[in-house]
Amino acid sequence: MGEAPGRVRPAAARRRGALVLAGLAALVIAVALLSVGVGAIRIAPSRILDLLVRGGSDPALARDALVILNIRLPRTLLGFLVGAGLAVSGALMQGLFRNPLADPALVGVSAGAGLAAAVVIVLGDRLLQALGLPGPLPYAVLPAAAFLGGLAATLGLSLVATRAGRTSVATMLLAGIALGALTGAMTGLLVYASDDRQLRDLTFWSLGSLGGASWAKVAATAPAILPVLVAVPFLGRGLNALVLGEAEAFHLGIPVERLKRTAILLVAVAVGASVAAAGVIGFIGLVVPHALRLLIGPEHRRLLPASALLGGALLVLADVAARLVVAPAELPIGIVTALVGAPVFLWLLLAGTRGIDV
Amino acid sequence: MTHDPVPARWTRRALLAGALGLAALPGSPRAAAQASRIAALGGAVTEILYRLGAADRIVAVDTTSVYPAEVLREKPNVGYLRALSAEGLLSAGPDLVIAAEGAGPSDVLSLVREAGVPVSIVKEPPTPEGVLDKILAVGRLAGLKGQAEALAREVGAQFAGLSRQRARITRPARALVVLSLANGRVMVGGRGSTADGILALAGIDNAAAGIEGFKPITDEAILAAAPDAVVLMRNGAEAPTPETTFTPGTALGQTPAAAKRALVTMDGLYLLGFGPRTPDAARDLMRAVYPDLIRG
Repeated sequence: MGEAPGRVRPAAARRRGALVLAGLAALVIAVALLSVGVGAIRIAPSRILDLLVRGGSDPALARDALVILNIRLPRTLLGFLVGAGLAVSGALMQGLFRNPLADPALVGVSAGAGLAAAVVIVLGDRLLQALGLPGPLPYAVLPAAAFLGGLAATLGLSLVATRAGRTSVATMLLAGIALGALTGAMTGLLVYASDDRQLRDLTFWSLGSLGGASWAKVAATAPAILPVLVAVPFLGRGLNALVLGEAEAFHLGIPVERLKRTAILLVAVAVGASVAAAGVIGFIGLVVPHALRLLIGPEHRRLLPASALLGGALLVLADVAARLVVAPAELPIGIVTALVGAPVFLWLLLAGTRGIDV
Repeated sequence: MTHDPVPARWTRRALLAGALGLAALPGSPRAAAQASRIAALGGAVTEILYRLGAADRIVAVDTTSVYPAEVLREKPNVGYLRALSAEGLLSAGPDLVIAAEGAGPSDVLSLVREAGVPVSIVKEPPTPEGVLDKILAVGRLAGLKGQAEALAREVGAQFAGLSRQRARITRPARALVVLSLANGRVMVGGRGSTADGILALAGIDNAAAGIEGFKPITDEAILAAAPDAVVLMRNGAEAPTPETTFTPGTALGQTPAAAKRALVTMDGLYLLGFGPRTPDAARDLMRAVYPDLIRG
């Protein structure tokens, strides 16, 4: 190729973008089939087809039906939602902050969610006792607290960074780092106060897992992430203009302040919901948008939907690996995404003819 | 075996191991009298099933089930007790899951129950009563009530013998149970921990009673605790020695225990598992700390 990736001419990029989007859609379908088709329990593909078509009313297929319909299907859907939400959030953040290192952690969602989760894991039962309520804590409290903690942290950061109706992304970035340090220290304090079991819970939670996927979790996560996926392409034009700078975008007729606030809110909701559903899963939000920029260029109207597709597919694929490698046990998914993602990302960087621009 | 058992116990163990070896011959697992296929999650739960002669009915274990190693090596391992996977657990085809307290996550357990596999949780308080209750509970669940009652009587008698020996202790020693010694950070078992429980059974005062649960302890607190003996976990091949533990200049090296070279190393599950071997573990600990008092 004579041209460097990320610097392709518009017409060629559009053609290539459409091709890549179609390819990604095919990838999503292939990965979904794989994820439903394999697992610790061996079920023949013909039986799976049978189950999906007839809905598993046959009592002879009861156990297989449960595995396919209540374990693998919700798990695949949840993986796609979480992966898509994280990747789109990463692309939004990198566009908004005009910074290739930006990822959802910068708006404080992960930090806030992590702290809230640590509070629930370490202090939950003690709080319950203090209030005189019977234990143990309902399981749904942890994801709910993580979601609210993420939202609260982002709102707090926005307030800090907003002066006279204008949100400064630079202030937000720096305040985000400060908030990260603060919540990190408070989480550390809780780690110190935790016993052996709580410590292990914290560790496992911070490595992420789709292990507890259920239809209830899908039902709770989808209303938070799907609207974000639908809304995001409409931000594409504004983000494209923002690449030139805030003042320039404003003069191009982009409502910059509204754009910033919308993007931050969408990221907080999507990441909050995915952290609540699957714990902290790193790397997807950082790597997927960069990889796609190398492939189809930085145009956000193509980049954002492509990020959703690739992010979802990659996370589901990582989950397949996580549950097959040490079957019948399974690895935390965060280990798989980083272990596989980091070398691939490095290779992409080295294979590209020039560095990465946002 | 990581301690020095008395000869009589050797014989009993050998007999048991022999019987189990026969029961576990190829071809026999499904032909056992009770048709149950049990997933045993938790070190003590697995150990109790083994002592009740149900080792051949165990179809899956977790990472904390490490004893007896030779029996469990071939069993599929479904991962860490608190991070189970529903499909992984079901893939072993159990018709009963017996799990120690804290197994989860609860979503996974409810999926397993939905698949028609009952999941029973066994409580784990670190006391003699807790051990006996656990034996009876596991026995009831596995349909081995008679065997469980016999084992509980046997273990109960050992606990009673232990308490008679404890009564002979006139001046209790103070010991520090060290869970790990990584990078100079000393993690000890404080009040309410399983370490506290086993020290009480051995008639030893916990030098770290001011701490709650398993926590890292500072050098100054080690000096203030002034333990007469240090108990270390022995996991894997590398056994800690007095030389490496009581390195001169470290806080542990300046304790009364260092002067007396009083280091006890024991296997983690044996010492802190609170299963049927707990009276043995407590007696080994007692014998190591009070060598003049306890013989045989």
